[in-house]
Amino acid sequence: MTFDLPVIFAILMGVAVLLYVVLDGYDLGVGMLMPAADAHEQAIMVSSIGPFWDANETWLVLGVGLLLVAFPVAHGVVLTALYLPVVVMLIGLMLRGVAFEFRVKAEGWHRDLWNWLFWLGSFVASLAQGLMLGAYITGFESGFGYFLFSLVVAGGVCGGYVLLGATWLIWRTEGELQRKAVGWTHWGLLWVALGVALVSIATPLASETVRGKWFDFPRTLVLMLLPLASAAAWLWVWRTASRVGSGKTRSDWMPFAGAIAIYVLAFLGLAYSLFPYVVMDRIDIWQAAAHPSSLSVVLIGALIVLPFIIGYTIFSYRVFHGKATGKLYE
Amino acid sequence: MDTADILLIARAQFGLNIAFHILFPTITIGLAWILVYLRARFAWTGQTTWLDSYKLWVKVFALTFAMGVVTGIVMSFQFGTNWPGFMLKVGNIAGPLLAYEVLTAFFLEATFLGVMLFGMNRVPGWVHMTSTVLVAIGTSLSAFWILALNSWMQTPVGHEIVDGQIVAADWWRVIFNPSFPYRFTHMMLASGLTALFVVAGLSAWRLIKAPRDAAALRALRSSAALAALLAPLQAFVGDLHGLNTLEHQPAKIAAMEALWQTEKGASLVLFAIPNAEQRRNDYAIEIPKGASLILKHDRNAEVKGLEAFEPNVPPVAPVFFSFRIMVGMGVLMITLSWLGTWMMRKGALPPRWLLWTFAGFTFSGWIATLAGWMVTEIGRQPWLVTGLLLTADAVGTANGVQLGASLTGYLVTYGLMLIAYMVVLTHLAGKGGAPEPGPSAGMAMKAAT
Repeated sequence: MTFDLPVIFAILMGVAVLLYVVLDGYDLGVGMLMPAADAHEQAIMVSSIGPFWDANETWLVLGVGLLLVAFPVAHGVVLTALYLPVVVMLIGLMLRGVAFEFRVKAEGWHRDLWNWLFWLGSFVASLAQGLMLGAYITGFESGFGYFLFSLVVAGGVCGGYVLLGATWLIWRTEGELQRKAVGWTHWGLLWVALGVALVSIATPLASETVRGKWFDFPRTLVLMLLPLASAAAWLWVWRTASRVGSGKTRSDWMPFAGAIAIYVLAFLGLAYSLFPYVVMDRIDIWQAAAHPSSLSVVLIGALIVLPFIIGYTIFSYRVFHGKATGKLYE
Repeated sequence: MDTADILLIARAQFGLNIAFHILFPTITIGLAWILVYLRARFAWTGQTTWLDSYKLWVKVFALTFAMGVVTGIVMSFQFGTNWPGFMLKVGNIAGPLLAYEVLTAFFLEATFLGVMLFGMNRVPGWVHMTSTVLVAIGTSLSAFWILALNSWMQTPVGHEIVDGQIVAADWWRVIFNPSFPYRFTHMMLASGLTALFVVAGLSAWRLIKAPRDAAALRALRSSAALAALLAPLQAFVGDLHGLNTLEHQPAKIAAMEALWQTEKGASLVLFAIPNAEQRRNDYAIEIPKGASLILKHDRNAEVKGLEAFEPNVPPVAPVFFSFRIMVGMGVLMITLSWLGTWMMRKGALPPRWLLWTFAGFTFSGWIATLAGWMVTEIGRQPWLVTGLLLTADAVGTANGVQLGASLTGYLVTYGLMLIAYMVVLTHLAGKGGAPEPGPSAGMAMKAAT
């Protein structure tokens, strides 16, 4: 029996990137929401993501690692083309990563500085990721129009992360902060709706390949299920968040689940647009794939280890279940 | 900007990142096992002083680990941004080794770190103990994989060339390549010593401010005693590592010893200013026939000089001086750990000058480790992978302006992070591990005793 190893690795990489975006997305979103909260609420917000952020970011390392391992040709092309936004993202991630520790251990104005850097790092990293996504979709074309497109995508990504962060806080906090998070969720939803609409209009305009894939009757009719499902998930998040806010339901996990659904659907749409390219219109996954011998040795390892990773990740979420308090870092 | 400049900036940037990164894992790999010890002592004895110590050092660990994680993420991107040729040529070997590091080590340590740091009141004691052990295993596993890759790049075996691509023929030989056992042991001992001197130095700093802190004195004594055992062992392992290098990378040894010409009965150069233009040493202080004696254990044996390896020879001066800094620091660390252990053998507070010396040596492991890495990494130049890939052939096409701008960005960020790290560490150590005043459980317990 033969496996199409490049396809398997494209799926693995996609799953790693999706997990990264959802998981680090919520903690980056919480970081971006920091200025909207007071000092006491900020402590609770950081506590709610403290045990998780490090493992969340590891999915990014795995995603890049899989790109490196499975598609070495594309790895060089992609990271060379995205050089500056990658550097900006890395500096942002570094600042916010160490700020988790410094903001509680530093004193005086140092503490304020690290609080500010925590927000700035979260924002800059999210923005850079959006710029990278925008450039990636258009196959790294240069020009003002493409840059504008990337900026729109970046705005959408930031809004998406804020939405994830806000719904996470609905789930993980209570009282006044939770009510605030409901408001943030509604703003995030409006932001995301605008971003997704703009990106959905702009992408077919910017890329002939994408246009060809989506506007091809009668396939288009089936494909329309994706935006319809996204709209349903959007409404679900809006309604469940309102219901939690007004105390009509105690299922406070529902808005977060809905936000994840929006992400999964957007990701599927994106994956459909890109496949089978790993560099849009230039390199497909079979051209970029590494030697089968090294792919299979990684696949075996991944199949053995990933169940353990999933298992202890679930364990960790069970240990830190329930509402966050600000006491974690004390 | 020509390619030579780009190569130089790419190397400077990568060198800066990797040097900055290695500072933190070097501490955490060793400190993780110290935490296992403290946690286990608390579990066995039930004495809260062990728990207080654990809680202090776990804070230091968390801070250091975060520094290591975020700088490590930078590394994972820079393989592609700075050295695309590296992955194209040897990606089939390097890729799987890095992937195994992420899969078996990074997720393990990241997830259980959360339980270890924040879960003490949420999980049973044995689960917390296990989490502490798993974090330590994760950090060591990470070192295992990355050193397997680095050692393979230094002494590549177990591969074959299929359709112009380098692929693994025998993974066992790739991982356990000739220099791996020595390099891994050398690095693990370096981590142990670096962590022990951090613990000793910060505890000494605490004792300067609070001479009656019994936990700090205990930490200083035990870390000095363990360092007194490990430091000479490290010298022995380092010597074995050197002999292994002589066998597999003789040009590196020639650069370390500044041996320009192949000679019978070669002199051991203790100190000199290597003169690359005239290929000789200025102001040399030498022991006649010393190099032949220590390298070949025969006063008249022939030792190959750099001329034998032209044109693929490393720059001599940085390798020569780094080696002497590493060895010199090692000798100082042996001396201080022995002296300290002897002076504190009766358990009394040592004189202040000794405390200040230990405090001054807090980051001595960093200097020795960095110097050691300079020896081994500059010493293998101009090869990136010995005999297979030249560093110049792996450099990317990123333009000089981008590289320069990002180098500046990294420098500023790292400077800020390093200053903050040292300030906070000193502050944490100055406060010590005893419970803070306030209505806490620890305080109540203390009041009861």
